[in-house]
Amino acid sequence: MNIPILKFDAVIVGAGGSGLRSAIQLSEAGLKTAVLSKVFPTRSHTVAAQGGVAASLGNSEEDHWRWHMYDTVKGSDWLGDQDAIEFMCKKAVEVVVDLEHYGMPFDRTDNGKIYQRPFGGHMSNFGEKPVRRACAAADRTGHAMLHAMYQRNVKANTRFFVEWMALDLIRDSEGHVVGVSAMEMESGQIVIFHARAVIFATGGSGRIFAFSTNAFINTGDGLGMVARAGIPLEDLEFWQFHPTGVAGAGVLITEGVRGEGGILRNSDNERFMERYAPNAKDLASRDVVSRAMTTEMKEGRGCGPNKDHVLLDITHLKPADIMKRLPGIREISIQFAGVDPIKEPIPVVPTCHYQMGGIPTSYDGRVVAPDAAGKNVAVPGFYAAGECACASVHGANRLGTNSLLDLLVFGKSAGDSAVEDLKAGHTHRDLPADAADRARARVAAIDGRQGGVSVAEARAAIARTMQDHAGVFRFADLLKKGVAQILEVEKMVNNLEIRDKSLVWNTARVEALETQNMIEVAKATMISAEARKESRGAHVRDDAPSTPEFPNGRNDKEWLKHTLWFSEGNRIEYKPVHLKPLTVETVALKTRTY
Amino acid sequence: MERAAFERLRWRCTRRGMLEVDMVLGRFLKEAFGKLPESGQQAFIALADYDDMALWRLISAQDECEDARLAPIVAMLRGCK
Repeated sequence: MNIPILKFDAVIVGAGGSGLRSAIQLSEAGLKTAVLSKVFPTRSHTVAAQGGVAASLGNSEEDHWRWHMYDTVKGSDWLGDQDAIEFMCKKAVEVVVDLEHYGMPFDRTDNGKIYQRPFGGHMSNFGEKPVRRACAAADRTGHAMLHAMYQRNVKANTRFFVEWMALDLIRDSEGHVVGVSAMEMESGQIVIFHARAVIFATGGSGRIFAFSTNAFINTGDGLGMVARAGIPLEDLEFWQFHPTGVAGAGVLITEGVRGEGGILRNSDNERFMERYAPNAKDLASRDVVSRAMTTEMKEGRGCGPNKDHVLLDITHLKPADIMKRLPGIREISIQFAGVDPIKEPIPVVPTCHYQMGGIPTSYDGRVVAPDAAGKNVAVPGFYAAGECACASVHGANRLGTNSLLDLLVFGKSAGDSAVEDLKAGHTHRDLPADAADRARARVAAIDGRQGGVSVAEARAAIARTMQDHAGVFRFADLLKKGVAQILEVEKMVNNLEIRDKSLVWNTARVEALETQNMIEVAKATMISAEARKESRGAHVRDDAPSTPEFPNGRNDKEWLKHTLWFSEGNRIEYKPVHLKPLTVETVALKTRTY
Repeated sequence: MERAAFERLRWRCTRRGMLEVDMVLGRFLKEAFGKLPESGQQAFIALADYDDMALWRLISAQDECEDARLAPIVAMLRGCK
């Protein structure tokens, strides 16, 4: 059976913020660039980023990239690579200025500069007091960013393949990445994209949890493809739970609400964050706030008949300010929580929000993996950026507004690295004879199976297993059981059946293929979390409590290292954290307090 | 509506950038769409083509729908909780 082959200089999988940013670099360098996306680019999940993008512009008050770097290292609980963090914080101003040139409608101060607001974990003068560092376009920062970058790509002649799903990475016998197989949803046809460079910008995988702020699109497709191609996944035990998901719905209430003065209260009407983070209070780092909220609920100070949420109070703010600075928040609250926040506080719970780990990359966007000798080297022809990648700048916990910054900086640097490699002579290498075999076999097995497991059943099993065993607080026995259980769920995923066998617009088939990606992320998460016997950042274990020897349960002697999980045999290796920045002194290890 | 067209619509309603829109459109498609007359279904399809943010602003009553053909569907979406 002949499979059509489309040839491009570069193929980018994913058309969210990082994919679009990479594509600009490639197309504007005159390279023939294809972008594949399951949805129209401006409907990518980047659109949901409301809060802003961090950059030490210093427009509202004094600021410096070194302070931003310090906050990011501290936020990461020292698991972030300090070379990558320096790179990102330094580049922040440049990528925000790029956006200005693309026509991004940032909010302005009275004197015409970009308005900046405070955001959790961002401080001045190495952790002294909150600083205004987040640049925003009202509550539509991600939306405005996608539109500005999509238009720029249209101008640069980037070729978009919309409603296409990438199926598998294609590597040759020497391990070079030479393309991807993909399916056009409308026709059901499988096609090979043969490329000199492949960039993954496939976003996060938050749908593996039952309670998630992630849109339904976030099924970890890039991570699934990478895992099946023999490349490890890094630090997948670290998932950020956003403190303020609407209880019962998952829908996010942006951190900007607390930036504008919102206060968290328990059933005693107490502003409990004053006890947990005396300086930053409600603006402390997300994991600190999530843990404090969970502790309040666990100790019986949760709200409602089941004591299962706390309250986010903005009733003391002027209604006009709420409408002006936080326009979508009132409506979300009314639609999904049934309360008007001008009159009543919003019920909120910690909800899965962001994946800190992902495809291992260096700060230049090149994917890195251990070679035969165990040395971490670049995988030729392969790059990744954004939430699917792990540079690692977020380490064990991400600061708010650093995600949009991540996708801009590393989207740009992945694109630049690809341009550099292609201009240095990286040619089209021959496709292996079995280039599309894995993808075809996966599709054929799903189509041909009778009496298997439904996609809905398998997805529910993944979500339930992850939520119950690897949530915001983790317990040794539950993690151990979770590993056994997720491997059982994998058997369900290996036995998926779809009733609709149509070729054209078969969404059941696409959902089955997504589920095969989700299970790889779920296994990586559970197994990596069970293996890491300390508490760090967003990974908090009951059996690794705070002690004088290990404050906050963090054990730098044994665990200051990155996890690498390999799908084959569920094997785990570790690699060192890059503690040495590019030009400045190391941010020395210390206990993380706010 | 023929199968392929409905499946395409289902994909475009439940694979949005925003969870809010996934949830509201998904619920509507499941519970209300099939009961609409042809003209109502066409109006919904036109609305589903809107950007997430524009659609969310209509659903959440931050914006008013000025298209008389689409306004009744917007009103139904606002009630789809």
